[in-house]
Amino acid sequence: MVQKDVDVYQYLRHEKKFPLMWCAGCGNGIILGSIIRALHGLGLEKDKVAMVSGIGCSGRTSTYVDLNTLHTTHGRALTFATGLKFARPELTTLVVMGDGDSLAIGGNHFIHAARRNIDLTAFVYNNNIYGMTGGQVSPTTPEGRIASTATRGNIENPFDACRLAEAAGANFVARGTTYDTDTLDEIITLAIKKRGFSLVEILTPCPTIYGRYNRLGDAVKMLKAQLEDTVPVEEAGNLPAEELAGKILTGIFVDASKPEYCDQYEGLLERAQKN
Amino acid sequence: MEAKLLMGNEACAEGALAAGIRFFGGYPITPSNEICEIMSRRLPAIGGRFIQMEDEIASMGSIIGASIAGLKSMTATSGPGFSLMQENLGFAAMTEIPCVVVNVMRGGPSTGLPTLPSQGDVQQSRWGTHGDHPIIVLCPSSVREVFDLTVTSVNLAEQFRTPVVLLMDEVIGHLREKVVLPQAESIEIVDRQKPTCPPEWYRPFEDNRSGVPLMASFGDGYRYHITGLTHDEMGFPTTKKEEVSASTHRLHRKIRQGFEKIMLYETFLTEDATTVLVTYGSVTRSAKSAVLELRQEGAKVGLVKMTTLWPFPRIVLENLPEQVRAVFVPELNMGQIYREVVRVNHGKRKVRKITKVDGELISPQEIINAIKRERIDGSKGR
Repeated sequence: MVQKDVDVYQYLRHEKKFPLMWCAGCGNGIILGSIIRALHGLGLEKDKVAMVSGIGCSGRTSTYVDLNTLHTTHGRALTFATGLKFARPELTTLVVMGDGDSLAIGGNHFIHAARRNIDLTAFVYNNNIYGMTGGQVSPTTPEGRIASTATRGNIENPFDACRLAEAAGANFVARGTTYDTDTLDEIITLAIKKRGFSLVEILTPCPTIYGRYNRLGDAVKMLKAQLEDTVPVEEAGNLPAEELAGKILTGIFVDASKPEYCDQYEGLLERAQKN
Repeated sequence: MEAKLLMGNEACAEGALAAGIRFFGGYPITPSNEICEIMSRRLPAIGGRFIQMEDEIASMGSIIGASIAGLKSMTATSGPGFSLMQENLGFAAMTEIPCVVVNVMRGGPSTGLPTLPSQGDVQQSRWGTHGDHPIIVLCPSSVREVFDLTVTSVNLAEQFRTPVVLLMDEVIGHLREKVVLPQAESIEIVDRQKPTCPPEWYRPFEDNRSGVPLMASFGDGYRYHITGLTHDEMGFPTTKKEEVSASTHRLHRKIRQGFEKIMLYETFLTEDATTVLVTYGSVTRSAKSAVLELRQEGAKVGLVKMTTLWPFPRIVLENLPEQVRAVFVPELNMGQIYREVVRVNHGKRKVRKITKVDGELISPQEIINAIKRERIDGSKGR
């Protein structure tokens, strides 16, 4: 169990940065808390941690934390993070993205970072919509849901970020929720500790936009719905198919030990310098 | 040093290594591939980092990330890839991350002429990314100059904290010439200025006399924020009009203040010239032959070779001798530098373009013919 009574303020930037720009009821602050508790639990020095983020509501996470922080371009956070990590492997590098950010505009970088298995911990804040731009349909908006560019209901198939990362070769793949922060803290801790590319997808409610478009109730109701909509992967095997229908699995899906990119490169350096 | 037979693209890789480039992120594209391939072989041997990314957008992102980590970083591409790099190139300009982008120009637009020379990306290299941004663009016309200007590109990037674009014509990238490279110890190397103050005093985007803020690498103990959003001197997003204006003005001022160092050009037989050719890149070679041939016929023709294309070296025109009456601008495009020459000429002299866009080079004879034609009918055009 990851320690809960962490003084999160020592990890935050105070001057000019607060209050958070996220709406009341947004889950992003809950994820930020989880990331901080995990970093604290791992005893990582702030100077040795970098956070790279993309564009969107999630992208603003990097503004608030007292780390080496880089707020990049839309969809490209993983490319900047790859250069940073590869140039300075001793930096623990966290990459924060949204669902549109990582899976639509950044989809190519997402699969290749997973394939390359470079030691990054990628966070996908999945709120099923483009929040910052006003609620357009995203690659994780479920079929039939309403968005500002799908007012008659989404007709596309959504991506499953975890299955995509797994297929692309990610070393660690997990999904958590902002409802269950105990599990989320644990998952994030394991993901950061894992050498290689780790994906943590987090279901996070957007009551202001997604919730209103789809009449899902207030922030509390949306948070509680996460409990009803999800099934831990370790319990899923015991449940009949009809009970699993429409449910989202949570927990750890992949925990492998494939060779990591920077380590592989070290080997290549040795060979190159011998000749 | 012994003489070597080198291709322009090879000289570029050699120059990059000599200048201290230790990170290369690239993606295959003709006609720049040799640079990427050589870097993939050479960098590991000296402990540097090479990575082939999934596209040019990613290449550009990776070199910015690596530069933030403290390594001198570079990528190389051609037209279509250069187009893909534009957004992140703007990010580098906005966040003042030193890096070098080599664009070995091929014919365009679009997929165009992948193996044929062109100078079609001149205006794109200035204005390809959105917003008011400063940029430095250099253009070599010989293999030895490719080496020198690659070193200069890295140095200017480091000194001014800006992306620098090295624009090569395809024909310069693939030209083989006998060159003698300079001894390593005779090459001037510039490194970015880093902070030495205690971390709590560090203001990452603070103005100073040069307009170039001190740059800490991530991991050096100066934790700070970098964003492509318009930011204050602490690096945090701002929409306060005083801060927004100050930030944009400083970005331009730092380059303007460095004009003397950045504006590189050469003159050739201009002292007594009444007609001058303004050239850059491969066209300079044909133009020099044309000048020599016309001189033999008694014509007072000279040449100015622009090595820096951006910021536009208006000084090239301003410093021309008074007796110069006509300026010709031969180029492998529809007149991209011609329009700049017209702009800074203020109607003072006759300015004519000589353009070619068929994938072939401009020959000395074509330049000679164009100049002679103009003499016969001096009344036409502007």
